[in-house]
Amino acid sequence: MNQSRIPYRVRFETRLDNPGWLGIVSSILGVVLALIIGGFVLKIAGATSPVSTYQAIFQQGFGTFADWRAGFIAIFTNTDCPKGMLCFGPLSDTLVKASPILLTSLACIVAFRMKQWNIGADGQLFMGAWAATGVAVFLLPSTTNPVLMMLAMGLAGVLAGAIYGAIPGFLKAWLNINEIITTLMLNYVAYNWVAFFVVVGPWSIGDFESTGRFPAAATWPRLTQLSKTIPILSGLTANPGVLLGVFAAIGLAWVIYRSRWGYEIRVIGNNPKAARYAGIDLKRNIFLVMALSGALAGLAGMNEVASLRELNGRFQQGYGFTGVIIAWLARLNPIAAILVSILFGGLVVGTQLVQPAGISAMLQGVILFVVVGTELIFRYRVHFERVDGVAIPEKIGEVS
Amino acid sequence: MTESPTTFEMHAIVKRFPGVLAIDHVDFVCREGQVHALLGENGAGKSTLMNVLAGLYRSDGGEILLKGRRVVFHSPQDAISHGIGMIHQHFMLVQSNSVAENVVLGLKKPRFFLSLSSIEDQVAALGEQYGMKVNPRAKIWQLSVGEQQRVEVLKMLFRGARVLILDEPTAVLTPQEVDALFGTLHDMTNRGHSIVFISHKLEEVVKIADYVTVLRRGKVTAANVSAKGISKAQLANLMVGREVLFRVDKKKIQPGEDVLVVEGLSAENDRGLPAIREVSFNVRAKEIVGIAGVAGNGQSELAETLTGLRSATAGKMRMGNIVLNSRSHWREIGRRLAHIPEDRASVGSIPDLSIAENLILKSFSRSPISSGWSIDKIAVHQNAVKLVDEYKISTPTVDTPVRMLSGGNLQKVILARETAQQPELMIAVHPTRGLDIGATEAVHKLLVEQRDAGAAILLISEDLDELLSLSDRLMVMYEGRIVGDMEAESSDIEKIGLMMAGVKAKS
Repeated sequence: MNQSRIPYRVRFETRLDNPGWLGIVSSILGVVLALIIGGFVLKIAGATSPVSTYQAIFQQGFGTFADWRAGFIAIFTNTDCPKGMLCFGPLSDTLVKASPILLTSLACIVAFRMKQWNIGADGQLFMGAWAATGVAVFLLPSTTNPVLMMLAMGLAGVLAGAIYGAIPGFLKAWLNINEIITTLMLNYVAYNWVAFFVVVGPWSIGDFESTGRFPAAATWPRLTQLSKTIPILSGLTANPGVLLGVFAAIGLAWVIYRSRWGYEIRVIGNNPKAARYAGIDLKRNIFLVMALSGALAGLAGMNEVASLRELNGRFQQGYGFTGVIIAWLARLNPIAAILVSILFGGLVVGTQLVQPAGISAMLQGVILFVVVGTELIFRYRVHFERVDGVAIPEKIGEVS
Repeated sequence: MTESPTTFEMHAIVKRFPGVLAIDHVDFVCREGQVHALLGENGAGKSTLMNVLAGLYRSDGGEILLKGRRVVFHSPQDAISHGIGMIHQHFMLVQSNSVAENVVLGLKKPRFFLSLSSIEDQVAALGEQYGMKVNPRAKIWQLSVGEQQRVEVLKMLFRGARVLILDEPTAVLTPQEVDALFGTLHDMTNRGHSIVFISHKLEEVVKIADYVTVLRRGKVTAANVSAKGISKAQLANLMVGREVLFRVDKKKIQPGEDVLVVEGLSAENDRGLPAIREVSFNVRAKEIVGIAGVAGNGQSELAETLTGLRSATAGKMRMGNIVLNSRSHWREIGRRLAHIPEDRASVGSIPDLSIAENLILKSFSRSPISSGWSIDKIAVHQNAVKLVDEYKISTPTVDTPVRMLSGGNLQKVILARETAQQPELMIAVHPTRGLDIGATEAVHKLLVEQRDAGAAILLISEDLDELLSLSDRLMVMYEGRIVGDMEAESSDIEKIGLMMAGVKAKS
């Protein structure tokens, strides 16, 4: 008999009940573990103390206690922030960073809920950004009413993203072509599509690889514009984009948990056979969900150009992939995604000054890796048992 | 004839799955040089029992003796190192590799240098010896299904298997390939190998087996009977059961108008072969029509076609004055047409959603559950509380995910959902499979209540007992055709057994 040398082995038993708290615990555990692993990497990269590095990252992402106290004092007294203080820390930058992440994570959440693995939110975001830019700079006159302009840009972004998401949705639903491959590949098409217009093509102004500054009506107003009445807001770049994300999250939560369509999405995601048995149209739903997913990512693209105020050759790639991470960390809950996105925005802002520059991406990667790993304790109960040829009375199956 | 020594004995084997007792104190003995058939309907526990022997599952009780010595297998490797090999219904072969490469796959020796040519010679010789010609250099994808099965057998023989377990080996074979397989099995038993032959096909069992053990609902109903002195009809009865376990309290009532009319209906199975062939029948209001038959004779496909999950290749179906087709099916599902599916866990329910959410699966798009785009949470909750109380579903809360329910409770959830709307027509497939006596009785009572309330019920089951006590009219299906249609009261169990075995199929 071939006996292994270690007389113990690990056995996984499917959990029949996963209590709600376990999801939160395993998410937090994932982040803590990731920070520990990241700490070792920081040490190797030459950090004198990983703990102080984390402290610095946290302070640069979310500010210090003193920053927040000064901020509240300034608000109540309606004065400007004291010299040398950073009121509320870098909260404003963090929120600006969080909004595209939040919208792409919502795009992932709605698709993942139905087990459609859309990893093309990045490409859909690019197409949304492209369409919104086209409307703002080349289609509508710069004198258009700002509200009308933003609505038109939003509509263009949503439509472009929806179409770009619906293409792989169509291919999946009617031709059964793997959406992971198509959405991934379409990302690169979108990058180059935008690059063609902005870097070499018709939209570039001179050699600047940029469309140039958007007309004022086509940009998000920033908080600093209100600094005449509320002095503390001076210099803050936060814009309504994050509110857009929050509203979208609330709307999506309603769709998923309270609407007929959301019920269909959850049934299909959990058991497509039962959905068919209940007469739910699978093809149509795959198509629509992919379109909605693309629309949310497209909205993120519109928000991003309205916030940056131009579309240029350095337009940030990767929000769509960060969205995948957020979606999982939030366990596909749109409301949780708001919080996780803001935390991640802080991580991005906080690690901007950390050298080497790859630390932020490394930490994101490790967090996702560990969170997916902790799924194990979420899905299974882990047993250690002796292996010495004697049958052990097993608990498995003794479920009343 | 003196009995040859045993190769293995299984004593009082118990295997539980969450909520189900799959194997209940089963004894099984196999002797050298014999083919021992393990017969039973789908879900009777045949494969489970043999998976325990082959090291894939661990039993929750009982013991395995090998030549009198107690053994515990932790893995299929353990089992094969003791000479027990199993060939599963789905082959475990690497399509792009050669026959010889597949045969040595997973072996510990040779450690570093693999002399493929010597292995190829050995494989060829082994094939020659047992009358299974296979080119050892051929890639698996180039082989027919029958040849692939030979590779699986060679794989086990190469590993020194003395006991070969074949799980429904003929299901995928053509008649010629079946004959070839049986020839090989004879060669093997002549050399002292033992064969365990899992099947629900009576004909083959009678043809190939020396001894038969019949399983029914995880229990042995006939142990070690000689296959020589037993008729197919007797086996059919042993398989589906004839002893009266319980009686259903049922009044005789006059059936009403035709509700379901089926004319010349044909459909194919998943492999594209004809599964139901020009079937015609009707079911009237206030009537339970049972369909008996050994598994795999087209009953599942019939149910799927009637409920719109499978498309018909020919023929007509009518419910009342509505022609059932792909469009009207969607509309009628959950209103006038109810379906208790064969597989309650993977088709009939959504495991991670709550009881309340499962209960609205068929009614979520209508008032009062939904109004416009939204679903009324309060209505969903009230609906669940009402049904849980009415159908006596035992659960801590209505928000409990249904995957935590026992089989009986899950079936009650499905029944509650399907019958709450007072359907005109109900298709129930194996509604009590895997349920204990209490749950079975509750389900039977419900079906009779539905009938009394005016529903037309088509009951497909492999349990003759259930069919006889519930049905008003009984039909038998054999090879996709309906071969008998009789009043249930006057029906003769022997005659039904013969029909199920296909003996009178032609008359």
